[in-house]
Amino acid sequence: MSILVIAEHHNGQLAESTAHVVAAAQAIGGDIEILVAGESVAGVAESAAKLTGVSKVRVADDGVYAHQLAEPMAELIAGLASGYSHVLAAASTQGKNVLPRVAALKDVAAISEVLAVESPDTFLRPIYAGNAIATVQSSDALKVLTVRTTAFDAVEATGSAGVEAVTAEVDNTLSRFIGEELASSDRPELGSARVVVSGGRGMGNGENFKLLDGIADKLGAAIGASRAAVDAGFVPNDMQVGQTGKIVAPELYIAVGISGAIQHLAGMKDAKVIVAINKDEEAPIFQVADYGLVGDLFEVLPELESKL
Amino acid sequence: MKVLVAVKRVIDYNVKIRVKPDHSDVDLTNVKMAMNPFCEIAVEEAVRLKEKGVASEVVAVTIGPKAAQEQLRTALALGADRAIHVETDDKVESLTAAKLLKRVVDDEQPGLTILGKQSIDTDNNQTGQMLAALAGMGQGTFASEVQVEGDDVQVTREIDGGLQTVALKLPAVITTDLRLNEPRYAKLPDIMKAKKKPIDVKSPDDLGVAVASSLSVLKVESPAERQGGTKVASVDELVDKLKNEAKVIA
Repeated sequence: MSILVIAEHHNGQLAESTAHVVAAAQAIGGDIEILVAGESVAGVAESAAKLTGVSKVRVADDGVYAHQLAEPMAELIAGLASGYSHVLAAASTQGKNVLPRVAALKDVAAISEVLAVESPDTFLRPIYAGNAIATVQSSDALKVLTVRTTAFDAVEATGSAGVEAVTAEVDNTLSRFIGEELASSDRPELGSARVVVSGGRGMGNGENFKLLDGIADKLGAAIGASRAAVDAGFVPNDMQVGQTGKIVAPELYIAVGISGAIQHLAGMKDAKVIVAINKDEEAPIFQVADYGLVGDLFEVLPELESKL
Repeated sequence: MKVLVAVKRVIDYNVKIRVKPDHSDVDLTNVKMAMNPFCEIAVEEAVRLKEKGVASEVVAVTIGPKAAQEQLRTALALGADRAIHVETDDKVESLTAAKLLKRVVDDEQPGLTILGKQSIDTDNNQTGQMLAALAGMGQGTFASEVQVEGDDVQVTREIDGGLQTVALKLPAVITTDLRLNEPRYAKLPDIMKAKKKPIDVKSPDDLGVAVASSLSVLKVESPAERQGGTKVASVDELVDKLKNEAKVIA
């Protein structure tokens, strides 16, 4: 078996997620190669070559792959895929954009958000926002998988794989890059933050979300919200944690004034530690919380901030 | 320009799911079903394009059992002009759905095809990308803004860490993310009117696509239950537990 891992990179830096995907490749077993595609990515390839367990790094360095648009990326990967039993990428917005397109070009199924490898053709993945786990088997000769990176511990950087250039004739007449607006907030991104502090309808209004800022600052946390808080217009819906919002799995999740509707629990119940602060001691959030504190959030939050 | 919008019948997002005792699947008997939330956003966007005069006709399509016509009626009540039902009782995987939709695209020749980015049952997030590949079109996935300009459509995409804008040559495929719009509710007179709008029923056979998949689901299980329920009495106790028991803060 031979596995191709698609490297993820931003601004000339190899993304941390790639080391997790290599770990998933190791769980499958076989020869592991990495594809680095982009423009001016020699540095990325160098970092990728150091990942433990990688035998070769293939580099497609060309303007057509700048910003890694799905159309040329998928054409490139589909063209290279015949030599491999598996193609893997992170289940990031990048991996999810490109890999299903690759799978369709190769006329094979794609398997999303792999949580565990049972055998080289059998994988566990979440369905219904993680409320059920499906074991799926693929009979395709080529398996195309996106990997949930939090489910695999990153490999170390102790290797020294060879790097070779890929030459492929790919052009792109379908799409053009126009621009990018990356969040410049000092806060980490909701989907990958180590700590998330979320507010619900109990916050009362959007202004009161400022009460979460100090705690988030001290913990280096991202700030989220329940659907109820979004629907009430307290905060924009890019902050929504839940089945139809962001699915998060931080080490610490602090739910403030959130009752714990199913739709919200689906988005955060894989957090390692859950803290709930709510004045209603019957709130369902307490059933999943490791530490529940019954109290008025307007008293608890300032006290918590001062004691952290 | 014609806009094709795909919708899927799924379990209502507020329903707590149960895994069948034999672990073959999730139990959907007597469970409330609804249009997938991301598909509602897709329908809304298509209807807004028509209201802006960009789209001339909105055609809704679904793949699924007879009952999925309820979701087509919802799309029609929200403003779609007519609908296509690819009727099958079989479980349809993403690649098969994309092949069926590709045949509908061949017949209808839409300028834009809009789908939800994923359905909240299988959570695959694949069909739009696969359809774009099979149709040889550009794809604007996870869209938070859509603007048709001449022969192009500009799509702002929600990516990890921010937003990316791409221009796609028409015809193109778009998949919706949460921020694209807020879907309206259907008004009663529109629900009545929708009953008279036409639904064209086809089978996968009519479209020349075999509903077979290379994927088999071996089992479906509930995730490990959380052992929650512990209460703390004060902020001091909470901070102490987080530091010394859970060790998640320093």
